[in-house]
Amino acid sequence: MTFQKAWPRGLIYLALICFAAYYLMPIYLLVITGLKTDAEINIDWMWRLPTGLHFDGFAQAWPRVSANFINSVLITVPSAIISAIIGSMNGYIFAKWKFRWSNTIFLLFLVGMFLPYQGILIPLVQTLQFFHVYATLPGVILVHCIFGIPLTALMFRSYFAAVPGELLDACKIDGCGFFGIYRYLMLPISFPAFAVVMIWQFTTIWNDYLVGLVVLSNPRLAPVNVAVQNLAGTYTTQWQVQMSGALIAALPTIVVYLALGKFFMRGLLAGSVKG
Amino acid sequence: METTSAKPGLFVDAPSVSRRPRWLRGDMAIAVLVLSPSIFAVAVFIYSFIVWSFFISGTKWNSAVVDLSWVGLDNWVNIFTNDRFQTDIRNLVLYAAGFMSQCIVLGFLLAVLLDQKIKSESVFRTIFIFPFAVSGIVTGVVWRWLMRPEAGLNLLFSSVGLDFLKSPWYTDPNWGVVAVSVAGAWQFSGYVMALYLAGLRGISNDIREAALIDGCNTFTLYRRVIVPLLAPVTFTAVVLTGMGSIRVFDLPAVIGTGAAFGTDALAFHMFSLTFTSLRYALGATIACVMIIVSAFLVVPYLRSMAREAEQ
Repeated sequence: MTFQKAWPRGLIYLALICFAAYYLMPIYLLVITGLKTDAEINIDWMWRLPTGLHFDGFAQAWPRVSANFINSVLITVPSAIISAIIGSMNGYIFAKWKFRWSNTIFLLFLVGMFLPYQGILIPLVQTLQFFHVYATLPGVILVHCIFGIPLTALMFRSYFAAVPGELLDACKIDGCGFFGIYRYLMLPISFPAFAVVMIWQFTTIWNDYLVGLVVLSNPRLAPVNVAVQNLAGTYTTQWQVQMSGALIAALPTIVVYLALGKFFMRGLLAGSVKG
Repeated sequence: METTSAKPGLFVDAPSVSRRPRWLRGDMAIAVLVLSPSIFAVAVFIYSFIVWSFFISGTKWNSAVVDLSWVGLDNWVNIFTNDRFQTDIRNLVLYAAGFMSQCIVLGFLLAVLLDQKIKSESVFRTIFIFPFAVSGIVTGVVWRWLMRPEAGLNLLFSSVGLDFLKSPWYTDPNWGVVAVSVAGAWQFSGYVMALYLAGLRGISNDIREAALIDGCNTFTLYRRVIVPLLAPVTFTAVVLTGMGSIRVFDLPAVIGTGAAFGTDALAFHMFSLTFTSLRYALGATIACVMIIVSAFLVVPYLRSMAREAEQ
């Protein structure tokens, strides 16, 4: 194609490599800092490669974030699973059981996706305190599941909308009801949607800071990002500790992204492109 | 009802059932029932909480003791005449300008570059989107060191003789917040790139070739054909990055608010007023300001979604 020639290929690759270097630079810094010995931690040597694989930074950061890391797992995994199950039901209903006002209700749900959480934070804390789940893991899981309702419904609705109505009619003729269609038609084909939604929820909830900070005011129960922020506040000069803590906190989502990037990409698009 | 054998839709025609509205019949009723807990949760946790926040913003509750006596607009007057709040509004404008323009320009540029039939496109794509998998806190920790005046980027610049690029970054009292937006855009621009790339892939080659046959050069092809066709993507990107600017919280939490709140944000001010100073009514007022500002973005976006849902 002629328009290809207008772009010198070499320049395109050069530009892409420069941008790639820009996006990788912070990660490079995180990794090399964590691998240095304490003696190598010096502002002037900041960009220099470590002399070997020493893991000093990680060894110092891990005991300070490990408990919170486990908290994050205990919060994130159940929240992602529960909100995917709720989302699949809601998406199934919004896509295939359109009742009066169901589109309006769906749009009203979506508002929750865009709402700045600050807007509901004070009533949220009051309500959780009233029900004695404030500063508990079940409380924070509940909050993440509720805040996940809009996005998970949107993702599953887009996915199920593509299932042809004839298939549903065939199921109905075969004697399936609401749950039968879900169980025998929708659920078996929705593995990719579950993967996308669970990965998305996992990433969002793992990376959350605000909800963890406010709802889990107990430092013992705080998620890993809160701990990393505390490290950054306490170990102001020992930046190898801060950075190693940050890398530890980032590792699970990075691994998920690299291992399951295809589903992650689909989630990116499903979260914004209209269903 | 005793219609255990009745099947949905197709077979439901017992007179006792058909008199009910369709959405209350058989399986449709089950569907509404299954959805209702979510409807309840959204109604309570989103809508009633918004109303409750607005109510709190009109009360006297500015200490640890709950005091819901009505004071009208006192908190609003108090907040709007508050210096820190006024700085926050200024910061919001600057941050949004920096964050949105970086995300949209970088996102578009990277998408166009990747759309040139690049070898190992997926490697580049993975690298560009990858910061989106990293939390705001981690982003803040790294960029705080990258943009520390005596370290990080400045050190890198002087080591390669580009001293003129050195900057005080977030320590600059006036423009510090723009430096913070660099960190934000590092994290989010890959997402915008993914949106544009999907949009570009949706434009058929026929359109491009037709434009080229009509005498467009590459530049006019992009300016006159591609960019207008991608307007819906740009709209989505504006809404998402705009929302990101309003709710930015993690970055000021890590990087700090600066000496004269030069890198503060509404969301962080709300948090510290409410949960550090226990001035709940004032915190709720800022929360309401945030809701009102975001409504300007959310309402047009939902309108466009509603239009599409109808089609």
